[in-house]
Amino acid sequence: MTVLVESFQKRLGPEMAGPFFAFIAVMIFFGLASPQFLSQATFGSVAFQLPELGLLTLAMLLPILTGGLNLAITFTANIAGLTVAWVLQANGGVDAGPLAFALGCVLALAAGAASGVIMGCVIAYTRAHPILVSLSMMIFLRGLGEFLTRGGDVSGFPDFIRPLGHGSLLGIPVPLIIFIVCVLLWHLLLTRMKLGFNTYMIGSNIEAARYSGVNTRKVVVLVYTLSGAMCAVAGIIMLARFNSVRVGHGESYLLITVLACFLGGVNPFGGFGRVIPVFVALVVLQLLSSGLNLMGANQHLATAVWGLLLVGVMFLRWVASHYKFLNNRKG
Amino acid sequence: MRNFISTHATEISLLAVMIVICAFLSFATDNFFSLGNTFDLLNISAVNIIFAVGLLVVLIAGGIDISFAVGASVVQYVTAIALGWIGGGGWVSGLIIAGSIGILLGAINAFLIHRFRIISIVATISTFNIYFGLLMFFTKGVSIYDLPDWLTDKVVLFEHEMPDGTWIEITLPVLVMVICVVATWVLITRTTIGRQLYAFGDNPEGARRFGINIGAMQFIAFGWLGLMAGIGGLVQAHYAQEVVPNALYGRELDVLAAVVLGGARLGGGKGSVLGCVLGVLLISITQNGLNLMGVSPFAFKMIIGAIILVAITLSNTRIDKLVPLLRREGQTR
Repeated sequence: MTVLVESFQKRLGPEMAGPFFAFIAVMIFFGLASPQFLSQATFGSVAFQLPELGLLTLAMLLPILTGGLNLAITFTANIAGLTVAWVLQANGGVDAGPLAFALGCVLALAAGAASGVIMGCVIAYTRAHPILVSLSMMIFLRGLGEFLTRGGDVSGFPDFIRPLGHGSLLGIPVPLIIFIVCVLLWHLLLTRMKLGFNTYMIGSNIEAARYSGVNTRKVVVLVYTLSGAMCAVAGIIMLARFNSVRVGHGESYLLITVLACFLGGVNPFGGFGRVIPVFVALVVLQLLSSGLNLMGANQHLATAVWGLLLVGVMFLRWVASHYKFLNNRKG
Repeated sequence: MRNFISTHATEISLLAVMIVICAFLSFATDNFFSLGNTFDLLNISAVNIIFAVGLLVVLIAGGIDISFAVGASVVQYVTAIALGWIGGGGWVSGLIIAGSIGILLGAINAFLIHRFRIISIVATISTFNIYFGLLMFFTKGVSIYDLPDWLTDKVVLFEHEMPDGTWIEITLPVLVMVICVVATWVLITRTTIGRQLYAFGDNPEGARRFGINIGAMQFIAFGWLGLMAGIGGLVQAHYAQEVVPNALYGRELDVLAAVVLGGARLGGGKGSVLGCVLGVLLISITQNGLNLMGVSPFAFKMIIGAIILVAITLSNTRIDKLVPLLRREGQTR
């Protein structure tokens, strides 16, 4: 058994253990508790719900790895969604062409990235605390969105956008494909690219990274820019899923994304954490919510259970470290 | 005096900014600089200041709490139900019930953080989701309007008729706020526990070696915030005359921004009651001033967010440090 655990840890890394066992536990529990759970319908609904939360979690992940936090993610996504909506409306609303949509997406990505650039610059150059900087950016973006929309929603989009939120390609939901592409992109960024390596360096010890010749300011600005751009992707998907944009859509996801990151074994102080365990943690959260839904509970109970799950995982981690500590002493 | 200025730089600069804003608003609008408006401001900010001084204690002790506003909603709801059971009650029993539930919720956070060594932001994000999820699940999002009379009746402590016939008044929330602010001030500046909280927040390991009971520190800090959240929740129910399960949702981040604007440091060991109160008031005054100037309410948050962003940019750096940004990128600091 221990050999199995050790080889498992060697292959997948220590962060994987928590999410992986939570995944097994959830599958077994709901598989036994509800006969409809292990069906295509469940996984289908999970596959459609996962991307919204997942893309925002990816946006949250990079800043957390540098030891920061980006609390502006949901409203950045809203603003990006609004950008697309306005471009479409300016070009004929329901009759807008694909070209207008493409232009809207580019502008949305630019808007998301711009919010990231501002945050990154303030954080990198003034060394203000990222929580505070992103918090004020969040308040600003929420206000900007409310000011421009007067609190209402913007809708009326051409039909060809619908597949982006509801369609399937070869039986796989389109939003899921986009999400998985983004997951792989982040995975490659963090494991294969210099920027990813520097991100980890900064998260572990920013002073040491700077002394070893890393341009820490540039990396921090880039990290927040990428985070903002990823929010924009989430905003576009949300536009297609809800078929409308409203400031405040997905607001309740904000703290869930932090929860998902921590559940996926990311260190709250930065420097440690990988994309794949976070992805598994997200799947676990969505399966939990779907399973509870099947058993007649609503989304709010699922939210409470998500919180309990995080406490549970942290508790088990504490038990494990305690146990190891005792073992080392004896040996 | 010079010593006072150097140790209270944030408070003094906040005060200066406030005076400038107030001076500007008194000229720009007709009724900003009036007793009536001042009292309105106090009545409106009372609940936020109660929350803010509670959060300040946790920030000084090096923690952070996301769950307090949702905790206050739980307190409101449970207190309203408990008061129904005991058949009415009064302010004393209401405050005791609300305070003890608040302390209990704070103690849960402290227990998770201290006993299982969970980082405070992770622990409180979990409890945020647990409290809010369970509250919405059990209440099904239904508000309570049927509150006891004593809770919804407006208590006016001081009133005065102005020459133009309007009434100015100070209501109970302001009194409760003043008591909470003074109590927190006494706790963190005039007691040994207060000094220990600062020491603990500044350097937990050093504090532990010095013989400070770090478990007690966690329970005191989070228990104090819980108490303030409980009291603030009850006062909010009194002020709004209703209990809405998700009314305080999202308030935690606004209060956090105000407290940190007031000079408290995320990371512990720094912060003062004066700065904290000024931080909340600065935001309220800005909002009030924009309102009086006839700016669309939809723009408030945008302007306030921009002000905080500019304020932290300026407070964290001096102009000569900003110059390299224009000149060369990536220079050593």
